Amino acid sequence: MSKYSTIRTNKPKLSLLLERKTVLITLVLLVLCAAAAVLSTGIGSKFIAPLDVVKSIFGYGNPMHDVIVLKLRLPRIIIALLVGAALASAGAVLQGLIRNPLASPDVAGITEGASLGTVLFMFFFNEKLSIQWMPLAAIIGAFAVTFLLYVLSWKDGASPLRMVLIGTGLSAAFKSISYMLLISGPFFMADRALTFMTGSIYGASWEKDVFTLLPWLIVLLPLTWLMSRHVNIQSLGDEVAGSAGASVQRHRLLLLILSVSLAGAAVAIGGAIAFVGLIAPHIARKLVGSSFGGLLPVSAMIGALLVLLSDLAARTLFTPLDIPAGVFTAIIGAPFFLYLLYRHRNQ
Amino acid sequence: MERSATSTMRLFGLLLSILLLGAAIVCSIAFGTTDIPLSQVMDSFLHYDASLQQHLVIQTTRLPRALIAGAVGACLAVAGAVMQVITRNPIASPSLFGVNAGASFMVVIASGWLGLSGMQPLALFALLGAAISGAIVFVLGSIGRDGMTPVKITLAGASISAFFASLTQGFMLSSGKMFDQVLVWLVGSVAGRNMAMLQGVLPYMAVGLIIALALSRQLNLLGMGDDIAKTLGQRTAMVKGLASVAVILLAGASVAVAGPIAFIGIIIPHIVRFLIGSDYRWVIPYSAVLGAVLLVASDIGSRYIAMPKEVPVGVMTAVLGVPFFVYIARKGRKAS
Repeated sequence: MSKYSTIRTNKPKLSLLLERKTVLITLVLLVLCAAAAVLSTGIGSKFIAPLDVVKSIFGYGNPMHDVIVLKLRLPRIIIALLVGAALASAGAVLQGLIRNPLASPDVAGITEGASLGTVLFMFFFNEKLSIQWMPLAAIIGAFAVTFLLYVLSWKDGASPLRMVLIGTGLSAAFKSISYMLLISGPFFMADRALTFMTGSIYGASWEKDVFTLLPWLIVLLPLTWLMSRHVNIQSLGDEVAGSAGASVQRHRLLLLILSVSLAGAAVAIGGAIAFVGLIAPHIARKLVGSSFGGLLPVSAMIGALLVLLSDLAARTLFTPLDIPAGVFTAIIGAPFFLYLLYRHRNQ
Repeated sequence: MERSATSTMRLFGLLLSILLLGAAIVCSIAFGTTDIPLSQVMDSFLHYDASLQQHLVIQTTRLPRALIAGAVGACLAVAGAVMQVITRNPIASPSLFGVNAGASFMVVIASGWLGLSGMQPLALFALLGAAISGAIVFVLGSIGRDGMTPVKITLAGASISAFFASLTQGFMLSSGKMFDQVLVWLVGSVAGRNMAMLQGVLPYMAVGLIIALALSRQLNLLGMGDDIAKTLGQRTAMVKGLASVAVILLAGASVAVAGPIAFIGIIIPHIVRFLIGSDYRWVIPYSAVLGAVLLVASDIGSRYIAMPKEVPVGVMTAVLGVPFFVYIARKGRKAS
């Protein structure tokens, strides 16, 4: 029996090579995500048994549970999953693209740009425009910083070193501009904006958050997955990719746009949740190797789990306080990052 | 002969810079939401009269502010200059390498959680935080076969900064105490300080500056590379250790009084080296004076940008610093 199974159809013309192990791990993770979601929906100031949660979701629960589960907790859980998946995918693409395992939207300054975009939106368009437009503001911020990063580090090509250096500089500056807005605005706004900058999905709702983020991801994630082949070939290096017939620059730009959009959309809703985009792809690579077709879904699910669990810890460990989930991803993420730095010390 | 001529030139330049600093401080005292005529400024020093409102403003608000800006600017610039030698990295500075972030976190914890107030204990906590984060970044940045590479130490600094920033923000949000004040402090500001605060941190700053000055000859050797310095009989580990102590004292004390002000530590040493070359016996004093000038001047500027409101001076230095920083990052280290 081979390690792979092949799927071929003639109409439409399509062929897929599936690695059994990858499929298995994907399925296991899917089950884990679902289980974690159900469990975590049940945990809170009032505990609800997992079975009752499932009943409520499918419309057979008792009315009191329905309110807690469907109105209060489920949107937050779903947002955690979506935000985590988006950030992790953005990180996975970026790491393949920059060919540096330490790249991630936060280190490159992309999240900082997105959060400045959102904070600006909060301060200047809060009353005038619907909140539905907030992801757009975040994505514009993310693109602005990426554009700056690319232009400023371009000198016969954009070297990863220059991108890292300039990225850290830019994110420091963006951060202090965000802080200045916080200080100059009214008090309640500062609190909201700072929560956002730390990354929190507190008080997520269906209309405001889930239905805003979901359309973006429904478009972006499959599109990214369809580009897997191009990520794989990019990771071989420009010469090899070029001689294998890929149009390197065009695909790189396209992939960068996808990655930045994913990160921007996630930040718009979940705030600048740190380190997810860095860690998740690494864990995924350990599990299924670096072929991108399998890596992307696995990263996405690990990212989703990561944010879900961090948020669970953030809202339950210090009750009645609700700490931003971003604090916990940072607590897990920073040591992990340092470990990575240690592992890659000789490269 | 020529050597002494350049020395004279440098000494002359240094005196000129000190005059510039004096002028900047006088301007900082005279200009603001209400301008005070110079004669009044002079008067408040010579014949202080507590019943005059202008004298009171000068002595209790404007003067401490100008002096704190000067002291902090000097410390951060010297800390940056020293870090750039010991890490041999052109963008080394207390803000980018996470030293400031660690210090700020400890200050927020000390004041918000332990309820400490007064400059002395806060300064100690700031030093502790600076030492912890600085040590982590330094160790992580220098492990590995190829030693301390710019990418590695920059990434380590960025991640440690992000880590401490997240913790600080999480703590602030969950405690809600003194939120507004801390926020202004976190961007870096020298407004609303009094003389006692400066006195609280001045000893640390002075010791840090003295160590840096005393080490300047050794730093010159170190700048030629570890191997050469060793061959010339230097105990490099000890020099680096002492230099790190100086950096921690300078950065920690600055953060305690003014918050994490960014980019001064990058901008000034580069300007100084451009002006007078890289002899650290001159670079250190020049950095101190010009760093002070830059922060005092930025502070004056910060009063005018959004008159009558004030912009925290940390934002000013960040906006000034980025173009400069990009220039250095593009220019530096073609080899790597």
